[in-house]
Amino acid sequence: MSAANAADEMKGQSLNAQLSNDARLRYVLRLGDTSLVLGQRLGEWVGHSPALEEDLGLANLALDLVGQARLLLSYAAEIEGKGRDEDALAFFRDAPQFTNLTLAEQPNGDFAQTLVRQFLLDAWQLEIYEGLASSSDTRLAAIAAKAVKETRYHFRFSSGWLIRLGDGTEESHRRAQNALEGIWRFTDELFVADEVDEQVAAAGIAPRLADLQPRWSAHIDEVLGGATLQRPASIPYPWHGKRGVHTEHLGHMLTEMQHLQRTYPGAQW
Amino acid sequence: MYTQALDSLGKDCLPAGSTQGSALEARFQARVDADEKIEPKDWMPDAYRQTLIRQISQHAHSEIVGMLPEGNWITRAPTLRRKAVLIAKVQDEGGHGMYLYSAAETLGISRQQMIEQLLAGTAKYSSIFNYPTLTWADVGAVGWLVDGAAIMNQIPICRCSYGPYARAMVRICREESFHQRQGFEIMLALARGSAEQRQMAQDALNRWWWPSIMMFGPSDTQSKHTAQSMRWKIKRFTNDELRQKFIDITAPQAEFLGLKIPDPQLHRDEGSEHYRFGTIDWSEFQAVLQGNGPCNRERLEARRHAHAEGGWVREAAAAHAEKQRARAAQAA
Repeated sequence: MSAANAADEMKGQSLNAQLSNDARLRYVLRLGDTSLVLGQRLGEWVGHSPALEEDLGLANLALDLVGQARLLLSYAAEIEGKGRDEDALAFFRDAPQFTNLTLAEQPNGDFAQTLVRQFLLDAWQLEIYEGLASSSDTRLAAIAAKAVKETRYHFRFSSGWLIRLGDGTEESHRRAQNALEGIWRFTDELFVADEVDEQVAAAGIAPRLADLQPRWSAHIDEVLGGATLQRPASIPYPWHGKRGVHTEHLGHMLTEMQHLQRTYPGAQW
Repeated sequence: MYTQALDSLGKDCLPAGSTQGSALEARFQARVDADEKIEPKDWMPDAYRQTLIRQISQHAHSEIVGMLPEGNWITRAPTLRRKAVLIAKVQDEGGHGMYLYSAAETLGISRQQMIEQLLAGTAKYSSIFNYPTLTWADVGAVGWLVDGAAIMNQIPICRCSYGPYARAMVRICREESFHQRQGFEIMLALARGSAEQRQMAQDALNRWWWPSIMMFGPSDTQSKHTAQSMRWKIKRFTNDELRQKFIDITAPQAEFLGLKIPDPQLHRDEGSEHYRFGTIDWSEFQAVLQGNGPCNRERLEARRHAHAEGGWVREAAAAHAEKQRARAAQAA
């Protein structure tokens, strides 16, 4: 190999590394933002749930998700290398810089809406974290190994509730079915891969979304069957939360969440 | 069934003043005097049972209502670490409520009955939770002062004569002292922060100080239940003793934080080594107790709303469980 060729190859490799690092950053941010936004939503329930046990259960989920967000956003900040930390990312980005799945930011609504949203995302996170366990990125694999244990419990909690609601009374069945119809339209985004997803999959960092969809779908159908609920027809609206294009709800959530940091910039808490 | 049976034991089995009753009562008091634990199936005077039900259920309700003022800041906690710690704390309070409802259930009342009493406004909860949490510093002040006062009240209950209450309290105190440290740490960060943050901390102390020292209840000369409760070893120290202890510990902490306790008369008495403090405005305490505090209405409303809105969910869970039972029976 000539010196010029070797130099070209090195340049190519470093470009690749840079590309995959940028994709890695964006991918980790997406995971972190999804956990944070969902955890923030669940935090709104604490003290107001239908029964004490559910208050503790939802708080537990919120706590796990905020914990995952902290690990993921800290890692994202390190990859970025601009001296930011988890809090800078959580409190000093505006909605267009948030890259959570659109489903995660949907309002709590009633208990059925919260639980359906939770169930669909738990099933998704379960596939993602299981897939990440064999990631070529050892840091991400370690975070996923912890998160997957939590997510298994979350899925048991939300699928258990979905079955109770679907199979419970006429009212609970109606509410659960309505909730499902209302937010099913956000599920396409879960598995539509863009260039970030493709690059991290190609680099062995993350599982291929297309490989996960059938398992997710089977999980969903199994629980919906037990809950006697109907899977809504797919309405493929191309939501782009993970590219920073959100519903109107996220801005309001961030206004509340970021209020102290924005009002007293630079303060230590 | 279990709780109903226990309830009737207290009321019906022993006519008051009967010879048998007096002998049992004497034996009961002897066991209490010997520091033996009274357990759910043991005989106990009905007044002892009712006192404990009142006290433990009030304590449980306080934990549940107490989730509201702190939960008020979960979505606005200033860092992710503070958010996680606060969620865990509020979750712990719910867990305390759960152990305490269970401890009270051993005395012959169901959780449902207790919750109905709370929602109907016939059961009390700690008046401190009728004050608002207006800034982030209030979350610190609640941990530092309110949990601090609660610990002072609750540590002696770990040695209470009633076994289930004493055991629940051991675990609760461990967690509360953790919460108190976290609250102090929030105050410390604010006290060492910007001028605005220090002002926020001082303002929180100004608003929470007097309500916190009122948490120990009326002065000993006014307290209706103290003497009997002490004889039964439900209570180990009087309200004034505990209040003094709390102030003696807390005043130097405020000094360490560089914050000023809003009591011009507060000073250390070198002779007794106790802090002397100003006159408590008991009319405010009475007003809040009678439902006229800043948030009494909001707190009860929030509990009633959550309960009413959750009705269909609880019904769904019960209906599903019933269907499951029927399906299992059919399959068998």
